[in-house]
Amino acid sequence: MAEEKQKRVTDIGPPHYEKFLPPVIKENYGKWKYHEILKPGVMVHVSESGANLYTVRASSSRLLSIDKIRKYADLADKYCDGYLRFTSRNNVEFLLTDKSKIDPLIQDLQVLGHPVGGMGNSISNIVHTQGWVHCHSAATDASGIVKSVMDELIEYFTEMKLPSKIRIALACCLNMCGAVHCSDIAILGIHRRPPKVDKSRLKAMCEIPSVVASCPTAAIKPATYEGNPSVEVIEERCMFCANCYTVCPAMPLNDPLNDGVSIWVGGKVSNARSEPMFSKLAIPFIPNNPPRWPEVVGAVKNLVEVWAKNAKPYERMGEWINRIGWPRFFEMTGIPFQKEHIDDFKHAGLTFKRSVHLTY
Amino acid sequence: MAKEKRKTPKLDELEKGKWPSFVKEIKTAAEKNPMAEDLLGQLERSYEEKIGHWKHGGIVGVLGYGGGVIGRYSDLPEEFPNVSHFHTLRINHPAGWFYTSDVLRKLCDIWEKHGSGLTNMHGSTGDIIFLGTRTEELEPVFKELTDIGFDLGGSGSDVRTPSCCCGKARCEWACYDTMALTYFLTMHYQDELHRPAFPYKWKFKMAGCPNDCVASIARSDMSIIGTWRDEIQMDKEAVAEYAKSGLNIQRDVVGNCPAKCMDWDGKEIKIDNKACVKCMHCINTMPKALSPGKDRGACILIGSKAPIVEGALLSSVLIPFIKLEPPYTELIDLVDRIHEVWAENGKNRERVGEFIQRVGMGNFLEAIEVEPIPQMIAHPRENPYVFYEEYYEEDGEDSDGQEEEK
Repeated sequence: MAEEKQKRVTDIGPPHYEKFLPPVIKENYGKWKYHEILKPGVMVHVSESGANLYTVRASSSRLLSIDKIRKYADLADKYCDGYLRFTSRNNVEFLLTDKSKIDPLIQDLQVLGHPVGGMGNSISNIVHTQGWVHCHSAATDASGIVKSVMDELIEYFTEMKLPSKIRIALACCLNMCGAVHCSDIAILGIHRRPPKVDKSRLKAMCEIPSVVASCPTAAIKPATYEGNPSVEVIEERCMFCANCYTVCPAMPLNDPLNDGVSIWVGGKVSNARSEPMFSKLAIPFIPNNPPRWPEVVGAVKNLVEVWAKNAKPYERMGEWINRIGWPRFFEMTGIPFQKEHIDDFKHAGLTFKRSVHLTY
Repeated sequence: MAKEKRKTPKLDELEKGKWPSFVKEIKTAAEKNPMAEDLLGQLERSYEEKIGHWKHGGIVGVLGYGGGVIGRYSDLPEEFPNVSHFHTLRINHPAGWFYTSDVLRKLCDIWEKHGSGLTNMHGSTGDIIFLGTRTEELEPVFKELTDIGFDLGGSGSDVRTPSCCCGKARCEWACYDTMALTYFLTMHYQDELHRPAFPYKWKFKMAGCPNDCVASIARSDMSIIGTWRDEIQMDKEAVAEYAKSGLNIQRDVVGNCPAKCMDWDGKEIKIDNKACVKCMHCINTMPKALSPGKDRGACILIGSKAPIVEGALLSSVLIPFIKLEPPYTELIDLVDRIHEVWAENGKNRERVGEFIQRVGMGNFLEAIEVEPIPQMIAHPRENPYVFYEEYYEEDGEDSDGQEEEK
């Protein structure tokens, strides 16, 4: 045992990335000249040296078994000398130097159930969170909605027929591990019922001052319950952010009758053409309807298709809406406008229409 | 031992369709692994009841580290005993998410032995996620990970695992070496990454160009985005090729330029580079003809975050342009000054962006010794409520503004 202890190493950090780069990348690192999308899911990078690097991008469920990862490894061995990578949107990419191997690889990926695509003017993979698979504060599942939406929209992943790229993201609560707040379409799990204070356990589990301080709207105040310190929630001040639950497990917000999904539109992170933008509220609430959330799928599909039909080339969702204006957005998508769409948090006035630039 | 297969009619629906199915992944793992089997059962229950069944975290981890493991327990431990503990390990990924088949197999072997056999490739912060194991397995997993050269990533109020786009490894637009900087920062801040000592989390994200493929401007306390300050490089023959091949240069390229700094006379593109805002649109549209200039570096922005606690923020400009080359002294000095001010004065669970909102950007800049410049703002303030810090007094005034008694 003592020997074991001595061998314990810490703080070594991740392995150096150079170990995992294929020779074509090592040789052409920083020397890439241009790239070209050859067909959906396939691109070539051309180096100043004349070398070509082909990338084949395949879809992934992000939640992967080790069996599947081993199959990816086998494909990498078969087609690309064992080299592959994953993308910032959780796709898997195979890195080839032999052009003739592209189609057989795509065939094998099809058989494995991982269609190729997600490049150029398409819908790439939906960045998402853990949901009911692994999270304590989820207001909805993540993987199930993603699977249902992508099954319906798969043609926009495997083809490039949209006006521009469109980025969809899902976060299962306001903590937004997936940072969905700057997406063309964001699917966001929301709670709608104030926390139910577990009075008998609160004292043992939580620090009262930090629970009180955690609330951004001062909706929590100290109280006494059967002679013990506890807290009380001023319900009309609660906007369901779940900050209190994060610091105190005795303040759960999860509630099957009231939890569900909201949909946001028009955000982007790229600086191309317009500056980065936040997503804005499109649909305040859709109830959870597992296993396939047909209402959410329908709403997302409608947004994608109304945008695709009306946007000019290169126009992202938010750029299209900025051109046509929000009244026409609501009209064209058929989404009813209601009180919840109007901001009433800090600096809300900045989001009011402060001109007569209107269309009739 | 033949156990009757658990019925999961709701989840079975999610095996259908063309998109890769996470349910198939869990079922594959469940054939050999009782944890994955119980995960399937508990998830089916969530689908029936429309509610999650995981308890709030709990402090678990490996010796000497304060982060890297997320404690997770089932709230139905009697029914699903194999997920009574179901802790997640965050494993610091190699920069750019490049792997060899060999190293992936080694990671799989470790997880086959010690956990559920389920992963995320990757988590939101960029880490490899090992999804679900018991407390007593944490040290053995950690030992085997370090044996093959891997270490845990960040969680809680620490430096989170830095991540980046693939940069110079496979992109002609990379204006600095994102992977080199990511590796450098990860190694430089190992202590801060493993031992939470800040008011809240701190994220670095490195994007090689203003397209920002890693969304750094939306979700990192320090967003380091590649850019350039000289002229866009142009291959005139390639421009002509694009025109010949049918690209509508006037409408699609020039017409979409936000700075209106381009002209097309049917033969040549002229760019007023002084007016160019480096948005990338023309370069994205004509990658064979146009590329970023030669004087490349990065813009450093600060403060983005998701809504919790006080509302979502985008990062804003702190240093408009910096050359980023080893040993990165200027950058490290800046980060250390920021960390010092924020760690000293930030409130519990206050991200640096919210800290800046509370104390004021002007005061923050003074504290970190950075001069205010107009590149930092969209426009000057619109309200006259200025906190002037000094005023003149008449000779002989006392502190109340009254004339002193003679």
